Amino acid sequence: MKMQRVVITGLGVVTPAGSTLDEFWSALVNARTGIGVLESIPIARLKTRIAAQVKAFDSSQHFDAKSAAQLDRSSQFAIVAARAAIEDSSIELSDDRNPRVATVLGTGSGGQTTLDEAYQKFYAENVSRVHPLTIPKMMISAAASQVSMDLHLHGPTLSVSSACASGTHAIGYAFQLIRMGQAQIALAGGTEAALTPGSIKAWEALPILASDMCRPFSKDRTGLVLGEGAGILVLEARDHAIKRSAKIYAEITGFGMSADAADLMSPDIKGASSAMIEALRDAKLAPEDITYINAHGTGTKINDRVETTAVRNVFRSHADKIMISSNKGVLGHGLGCAGALEAVSTVLTIQTQIVPPTANYREADPECNLDVVPNIARQAKVQAAISNSFAFGGLNAVLAFVRAV
Amino acid sequence: MSVNFEHEVKKIIATQMQAPIDSLSAATRLEDIGVDSIDVLEIVFNIEQKFGIEIPLDAQIDITKTFETIGSVAVAVKTASLTAR
Repeated sequence: MKMQRVVITGLGVVTPAGSTLDEFWSALVNARTGIGVLESIPIARLKTRIAAQVKAFDSSQHFDAKSAAQLDRSSQFAIVAARAAIEDSSIELSDDRNPRVATVLGTGSGGQTTLDEAYQKFYAENVSRVHPLTIPKMMISAAASQVSMDLHLHGPTLSVSSACASGTHAIGYAFQLIRMGQAQIALAGGTEAALTPGSIKAWEALPILASDMCRPFSKDRTGLVLGEGAGILVLEARDHAIKRSAKIYAEITGFGMSADAADLMSPDIKGASSAMIEALRDAKLAPEDITYINAHGTGTKINDRVETTAVRNVFRSHADKIMISSNKGVLGHGLGCAGALEAVSTVLTIQTQIVPPTANYREADPECNLDVVPNIARQAKVQAAISNSFAFGGLNAVLAFVRAV
Repeated sequence: MSVNFEHEVKKIIATQMQAPIDSLSAATRLEDIGVDSIDVLEIVFNIEQKFGIEIPLDAQIDITKTFETIGSVAVAVKTASLTAR
């Protein structure tokens, strides 16, 4: 069987730093953070005061009142990003049936807003019935279903959930579907909207949230900042894309996965290394081919240290020639959508040959001593790059992208 | 206090179906105005909220037969409200 080559032909985003591609990319390149004061939810019983929220999102611009009532915020983000990605790709979908188009979406926690509201009513307000669509709105697969319904996509459709690696796993799986000929086109990415009081309270129980700002790889980093949003990529069989003279952002050539099978919370050097090695092997790339890594770079003490060591293990002497930056100083940690937005960023890095910096960086850390591209973007020749996601529970996923030829 | 059940039910259905209230009558069949399975759930939920009642609704009941027209919904609401008192 002939393996299909797979390219990226469309991008769509909903993010705390802007919801057009131009705004998103300009924020990343200029290190303009989307992290700000936590708004629009009751905060009296929370300690958290900062988050990366999609503050400008106006549901009524995209949905009539009836449709909006049937969609959790996370599904709304996904649909808006999916419509934008399709428009960007110039693919003309049928209004009726698109049997060769797959939908694979990652999410860490599904419809948290819906769940939070239902529990508030049931536990705190003692109502006898909650909203009848609570289950179909909150289920983990809701966003994938809703995107398929909105755009009439009848190909393989499912959600992928692997905590903070969900978006990356989703894109990797969609890549495999097209490569094996099970779909011609796929909408793949991730969505998350978990900035609810109940969900934030649960995060506060872990000692990993930053007090002031997310500062990946900086010695004075204090943790991660929760974010939200959606990122969708249009993956397409290369032959199909060339036949319709599509704009091609980059080619996706490798997907590596591994599990730490060790600690629930702490990342593992071996697990992270092995996912990067598998991605390189799958892409038939040598370590020396990689010029840029989009880091998982959460801004927690341990992640950034472990990721640095894992990169050194994999790339050896070449590690010092690699640029590695994290988007999370700008976007916060979007959990299930993080890997998808970072894939979008990696693809744009390859297309524009501009490396977005690690924002909010202040102080060199001897334990994070790679070239983390602090604060200022760089023009650079980026032929091949990888994007890392290392999730809670030790679930690792790495994607490899190369310049389209 | 006398409640115009039919009018209140019409208001709720008109809002759900995004239809002008004047276009609805007791004889309007739900099927004819495009009420689907999700609309039924939302309409019943909104009626329950509005009147503080519980309309029995489970998998054993054929919703489209029980609530064929707006008039039959209004009767069900009235019955449930009286029982509640």
